[in-house]
Parts: sequence; C-alpha cells; structure tokens
Amino acid sequence: MILDLSRFLKSERPYWDELNKLLDEIDSDRFVQLNLQQVTRLEYLYQRAASGLARLSTFSAEPRTTEFLQSLVARAYAECHPNRAAAQRFRPWQWLVRTFPQTFRKHVRAFALAGALTFVGAAFGWGVIALDKDAKSVIMPFSGLMQTPAERVKQEETAKGDRLKGVKGAFSAQLMTNNIRVSLLTFAAGATWGVGTTLLLFYNGVILGAVAVDYVYGGQTLFLLGWLLPHGVIEIPAILVAGQAGFVLASALIGWGESSTRRARLRSILPDVLTLAGGFAVMLVWAGIVEAFISQYHYPVLPYGWKISLGVIELAGLILFLTRAGRT
Amino acid sequence: MTSTLNAVVIETPEGVRFSLPLAGVVARFLAWVIDVLAISTICGVIGKLLGLFGWLSADGVTGLTLLSYFVVTIGYGIGFEWYWHGQTPGKRALSLKVLDANGLKLQASQIAVRNLMRSLDSLPGLYLIGGLAALFSKRHQRLGDMVANTIVVQQQKLVLPDLLRLNLDEKFNSLAAVPHLAARLRQQINSELVEVAYQALLRRDELTPEVKLEVFRLLADRFRALVKFPDEITTALTDERYVRNALQIALTSGGLRGARSTR
Repeated sequence: MILDLSRFLKSERPYWDELNKLLDEIDSDRFVQLNLQQVTRLEYLYQRAASGLARLSTFSAEPRTTEFLQSLVARAYAECHPNRAAAQRFRPWQWLVRTFPQTFRKHVRAFALAGALTFVGAAFGWGVIALDKDAKSVIMPFSGLMQTPAERVKQEETAKGDRLKGVKGAFSAQLMTNNIRVSLLTFAAGATWGVGTTLLLFYNGVILGAVAVDYVYGGQTLFLLGWLLPHGVIEIPAILVAGQAGFVLASALIGWGESSTRRARLRSILPDVLTLAGGFAVMLVWAGIVEAFISQYHYPVLPYGWKISLGVIELAGLILFLTRAGRT
Repeated sequence: MTSTLNAVVIETPEGVRFSLPLAGVVARFLAWVIDVLAISTICGVIGKLLGLFGWLSADGVTGLTLLSYFVVTIGYGIGFEWYWHGQTPGKRALSLKVLDANGLKLQASQIAVRNLMRSLDSLPGLYLIGGLAALFSKRHQRLGDMVANTIVVQQQKLVLPDLLRLNLDEKFNSLAAVPHLAARLRQQINSELVEVAYQALLRRDELTPEVKLEVFRLLADRFRALVKFPDEITTALTDERYVRNALQIALTSGGLRGARSTR
C-alpha cells in the first residue's frame, strides 16, 4: 500500500495526541475511573491508532513515526485489553476467613506433600540422634541447643525473674520477621521445580526430629511439649503452607498432564500462591507473639499442663479453621 | 508474542505488531542500587520517628522498628510498582517499567509475586541468582519475572517527528514529472537516508552557508545515485531542492504535479 505520509499525519495526529493525553491521565492517577463515554473514546482511539500503525508498518521509509505509534499503541493496548478477570476489591476479613482456607483446601495435596517431607526429615533427624548422640552438633549447629535437655530444664525452671523482661516486643518481632523470611524462601524455592522447597522442608524436619528425640530420650518430654506446642502448632503448619505454596508453583512450572502452556499455568495459580503466602505470614505473626510471650515461660511461671492445653486448643482451632471455614 | 535479541514483539488480536524494548541487566542493577538507597533512607526516617516514642516503651519501639524495616523491605517494591504502574523510584530514574509479558495491564498479584520472589533471586547476595537468570533469559527475566509473567522494559521518550514542518505537501515537484522514476526512487530509498535528509532539512537554519551547501550536495549525490532523473528536469534544481523533492517523493504519494518547482 502506498501511503501519503504527509496527508496521513495531518489527518491522524489530532487523534494520536488525544489518545496520548488520555493515557497520560490514566497513568498519572492510580485511582482514576473512566466513565462510559471516555472508555468508548479510548477504545475508538486505540483502534484508530492500531489501524494507523498497521498502515504505517508497510511504509518503511519513515521509522520514527512508526516507533512513536508503536509505543502509543503498546500503552493503549494494555489499557484496552483485560488481563484475566477484573480485579475485585480486596476485603481482608473475607480473604482471611474464606479465601485462605478455601485455597488451602484446593491445594491440600501439596500441603500433604510438604507434611510428608517434613515428617521424613524428622524421622531422619530422630534416627540419626538416636543412633549417634555426638551428631547433635552437626545436625543442630545452634548454641542454645547444645546443653543437655536436663541442664536446660533445670536452668529454665530455676530462673529468677523474667529473662525476657524489656525485650519481649523486640524478640517477638525478630521471631516473626525471621520465620516469615524463611517461609518466603521456602515458597520462592518452588521456582527451582520444587527442589529447593523439598530441601528446606526436609532440613526443617531434620532439626525438629533431632530436637524432639534429644528431649524425649533425655526424659524431658513434658518440657518439650510445653515449650514447643503453644507456638509450634501454628508455626510448623505455617511453614508447611509455605511449602504448599512452593509446590503449587513447582507443579505449575512442571505441568505434568497439563495441556496448557507454562505461562497459562503460572498465570492461573498466581492468586492462589499469593493467598497462601499471605496466610502463612498471618499464622507466623500469631506464632511469633505466642513464642515470645508464652512459650519461653516454663514451670513454675506457667504450668506445663496449661501450655500443652493451649497448644492443643490452638491446633484444634487451626484444623477446624482450615477444614471448615469458608464452606458455604 | 515473540522475542528478538532485545525486544519482545507483541501481535494484538487486531493483527497489529509492536515491540517492547527490554531493559538490560546493568540498568536494572543500577535501578536496584537506587532503590536500596531509598529503602535505607525510609527505614532511617522511620527509625528516627519511632525513636521519639522511646520514653513510652523502649522494647515496643525496638519491636516496631524491626517490624517496620521488614515491612518496608518487602512492601517497597510491591507498593511503588502498584501505585506507579510498574515503577519504583529506581526504575523511574532509569526509565524502566515492569509490564505484563503479553503487553497487558499489570495485575496486583503479578506485582506481589515478582517482589516476593526476591527472597530467592537475591541469593546468595547482590541478586546473583536473579542476575544470572536475567542474563541467560531470552526476555531478561529474573526468576520472579518468569513466575509472575512480567518483563522489565526500557521506556523511550518518543516524540512524533514533525514532518509537517517541512511542508512536504507542496503540490509542485519536478521529480514527479517522471512517474516511473519517482516510483523507483520510492522503492529504492532506505529509512536511514530519509532520516538524515529529514534532519538536515529540519536543521538547515542552524548550519553555516558553507556547511549547508556541503551537506545538501552530499545528500543530493546519494539520492542521484539511487535513480538517474533526466538532466532537463534536474539541472535547474539546487542540491537542497533536489533533496527536498526526493524526500517528498519518498514520504508521499499521489497528488503531486510534475511542474518544475520554484526555488
């Protein structure tokens, strides 16, 4: 097609300027709402610019006008074509009590896989320490866990005054942020086709199993339950939810038995992994508060029976929430 | 959608193709450096402000400071990219922008996920994993971009060339008197020559008379080399007029009268 560029520019330029101005308005205000007339006009201007670009593309002699029009059409294209379903208004409470548990149940197999890997890791950690107590320093390179369970219990139960007095807030914040960071990494590691998530969950399980067997064989099971249950019944499932999100991501990347493209699969699971990430963050905030304000206090300050009961009630509540909430 | 060396080409449902130039790894790294400085500044300011309330509870202030640092670190990218349509201060400074890889509107979930994935991309330090992924990815995507289906593009400040200023719609053009040669010229001309001729004509008043003569002589020779017009048509034309007429032939069609143009 032979194009009279000069005449073409003269007739089209006012429409391009109008489109440019409208797009600038949309860009400058995040909350701008176009009325029906403006939307119709935007669509018309986009169609007109796109058609102009198609005509100009056959005319290679003047590249700069083509480049200009390409950038204009690219901007308008993004505004005129929907990207999935229209975004719904975010309602935090609805999200927490409906969307999160529903999403959790939708991907419960990924949660089960995360749980199974942690369990295998825990069994491994248990077995290693049961067979060789000296392996403790290798498996649990944390100074706080190096003393014998009996020494630790004696130290905790005879402590005079509040060890965390004046630092509880900071300690709680540190626990929350650290746990959320680790959980985020567990989720993000799903991008390594799930290998990173698998390793992190397994390692977490190893530590858990090693600590548990150390205290059980040391005759301090009651202390262990009183120490870990109040926060652990939320913290450990939260890490499993992070693993669940990682496996949902990995599954979309791998796409076993799926006929859709990888991009389409990832696109479809994005809101779900985001919901799971938000869910484990909320759970870890709760766990951080409980760990700093309850778990670190032992008999005689807080009786073990009371702490274990709290843990059991929390766990029952969590199970009920994740399995029942959001069912219509 | 296809990827060329440094651009993503998108074909719309209407059959129109346009390309999005991809941002390079170095530009993205520099934008990140600016963002790190901005995050440090914001955290510093929050720390100072919260410090004013230390008399209420030193422990509470320390806890809140730790939490706010964490929230700022995680939320900075998400908040800015959502509010500024795919830009953070660092990206804005370097004219970079996050877009949906299909050229569509960026969704909040895409922004959140690409930023949450930084916990993996930033390992083991200085975004080594993300940088390597971007370096070897066809669309310069770090892992977060791959998962969220986003790309980072280089925004260009494009200005529509003001061809109308050249008055290319003059009715008289002596080269048009030989339609088959004019058609051949239109066919043989290339975009680089058009661009140079266009710039020379636009800036003719900025050139000294000697330079102007030399520039248009060189350009006219390039045009003459493409198509040989009869001498009786071209002898009366100055080099500048020859270039103007040739450019008019290149950029317009039809409606031209083959009368000898006035100087």
